[in-house]
Amino acid sequence: MKRLGKIALGVGLVVWTIMPIYNMILVALDDDAAEYSGHLWPSEMNFESFRVIWTQDYWYLEHFWHQFGNSCFMGFMTMVLTVAIGSLASFGLGRMRLRHGWVLGHVALLTYALPASFLAIPFVHIMHRYGLSDSLWSVIASQTMFATPYAILIFQQYGRLIPLELDDAARVDGASPGQMYWRIYLPLMAPALVAVGTYALLLAWNEYLYQFLLLSSTQSMTVAVALDQFFDSDEAPWNYMMATAIVYSLPPVATYYALRRYMVAGLTMGGVKG
Amino acid sequence: MSGASQSLEIGRVSPARRPFRFGTPRGSERAWIGAFLIPYGAVFVAFLAYPVAFGLWMGSSPALYGHLARDPKFLPTVVNTLVYVGIGVNVTMFGALLLSGYFLDKSRWIKALLVLFMLPWALPAIPAFVSWHWMLISHHGLVNSLLDQVFDIEGPIWFNEYWLALGANIVATIWKWMPFWTLIFLAGRMAIPQDIYDAADVDGAVGISRFAYVTFPLLGNLYLICTLLSTLWLIGDFTTVNFVSNGAPARMTEVLATYGTHLAFQSGDPPLGAAAMLSLLPLMIPLAILLIRKIRADELQL
Repeated sequence: MKRLGKIALGVGLVVWTIMPIYNMILVALDDDAAEYSGHLWPSEMNFESFRVIWTQDYWYLEHFWHQFGNSCFMGFMTMVLTVAIGSLASFGLGRMRLRHGWVLGHVALLTYALPASFLAIPFVHIMHRYGLSDSLWSVIASQTMFATPYAILIFQQYGRLIPLELDDAARVDGASPGQMYWRIYLPLMAPALVAVGTYALLLAWNEYLYQFLLLSSTQSMTVAVALDQFFDSDEAPWNYMMATAIVYSLPPVATYYALRRYMVAGLTMGGVKG
Repeated sequence: MSGASQSLEIGRVSPARRPFRFGTPRGSERAWIGAFLIPYGAVFVAFLAYPVAFGLWMGSSPALYGHLARDPKFLPTVVNTLVYVGIGVNVTMFGALLLSGYFLDKSRWIKALLVLFMLPWALPAIPAFVSWHWMLISHHGLVNSLLDQVFDIEGPIWFNEYWLALGANIVATIWKWMPFWTLIFLAGRMAIPQDIYDAADVDGAVGISRFAYVTFPLLGNLYLICTLLSTLWLIGDFTTVNFVSNGAPARMTEVLATYGTHLAFQSGDPPLGAAAMLSLLPLMIPLAILLIRKIRADELQL
C-alpha cells in the first residue's frame, strides 16, 4: 500500500515536471504554424522548424547563431568574472587578517536580498551614463553583480574546510598572499568554484529583464530578447518559436547534468544544517 | 554528528582566533588585501551602490506616491503582488519540505526521479514560461486539449478570468522553483544524524509525529531562511508574470515588478516606476534584516 502511494506520487511528479517540456516539443514539431491544432501527440515528426533555425531561414531568425553566440559569451563572462571576483574577495575576507572584514560580508549579503527588478530602472540610466547602453558588457556587469554575493557566501563557507595551517606553512616558506591564493586556495576550492560557476551561468541564462532593457540592436541582442520578439508579433510561427526555445534551453540543461555532482556538493557541502 | 559537520566544527574554530595571532596586517600585506578586495569593491560601487542611490533619489519625491495612490491600478497591483508571493512562496516551500522527505528514499528509481525532477530548475525561465503560456492559451492549448479529449470536459479560457490567470502565474512559479528548494531541504535532512531518528523511534515518534516533533524543529531555521529568501526574490519577479499571463485579463494580474517596469519604459515615466518598486520597501527591509541576522547567526549557507 505504502509502495503504491510512492509510485503514484512518482508518476504524478513525472507528469507535472514533463508537461511544459512536452508541450514545447509538441508545438515545435507541429507543421502548421498558423493554426494551433490541439493534438495530444505530434501528428508527424516534422523537423522543419529545427532546419529553419539551423539555416536561419526566417526573418526573425536571421541572426540566430550570432545571438546564440552573444548568449554564450554573456553566460561565460558572467561565470568567469563571478568566480574570479568572488574567490578573490572571499580569500581577502576569510584568510587575511582583516579587522572589519565582516562588514563587507554583511553588505554583500544585503545584495543577495535585493530583488533584481527593483534595481533595473536606475541601472539602465546608469549604464547610459557609463556609455554602456546596448552593450553586452552592461548585462554581464549586472549578472556578475547579482551572482557575486552568493559566490562569496559559498566560498567563505567552503573555505572553512581548508585548514589555515596550510597558509601558515606557506607563509613560513616565504609565499606571498598572491601565491597562497593561486597555489593553495584555488586548487583546494575547485569543487566550490565549479558549483558557483555553474550557478552563475544558469543565473545569467535564466535572466531576461536586464537583457530586454539593456540590449536593443539586433547585433547585440541575445536569444532571450529575440525570443520575446516572437511574442510581440501577431503572426509569428509558433513552431519556430518553440524550436528556438528548445535550442536555447540545451546549453544550461547540458551543463547542469554534466556537472550535477559538483553542483549538489557545492550547494550543500559545508553548511546546510538544521 | 556526521563526518562532514565535524570537520566543519574544526574549521570553524580557527577564524575566530585567527586575527590576533600575528597582529594587524602591515605594509605589503595591506596592499595584498587591497588587491583582493578591490575588484569586488569596484563592482559593488559602480554597479550596485550608485544605481541604488540613484534609484532612491529618483523615487524620493513624495508627489510620486500621491500620483501612485491616485492610479486605480496601483492598489490592485499591490494586492496581486502580495497574493502571488504569499501563496507562491508558502506552497513552494511546504511542498519542497514534504517532497524532500520523499526523495530521501534510497531506492534507485526515486533517485532517478530526482534527476528528472530537477529539470525545471535547469531549464531557462523564458522557454519554460512561454511554454506554460502556450499550454493554457485558447481552447487548443495542451491542458484544454487534455481535458477535452481525455476527460471530456470543456476547459475554461484561462487568461480571461482573474483568478485562473493569477493561479496560472503561481503554479508556473511553483513548478520552476520547487525543485531547487527541495534539493536544499534534502541536503538539510541528510545532515540530520540518524541517531536522533533512532531515539525518536524508541520514544514512539513515527510518521506524522516524527515529522512534526523531530524533523520540522530541526529544519525550522533553514526553512525560515529559505522562505525569507524566496519571498524577497519572488517580490522582484518580473519574468513569470510577464510571460505566463502577461497581465491578462486586461492588466489585472500585474505585479509591482511588471507594473513598475511598464510605467518606466512603456509609459516613459522612470521616476514613477522607481517609486512603484520602492513602495514595497517597508515590507522588504525588515525581511532582509531578519534574513541577514538569521544567516550570520547560524553560519548557514544555501
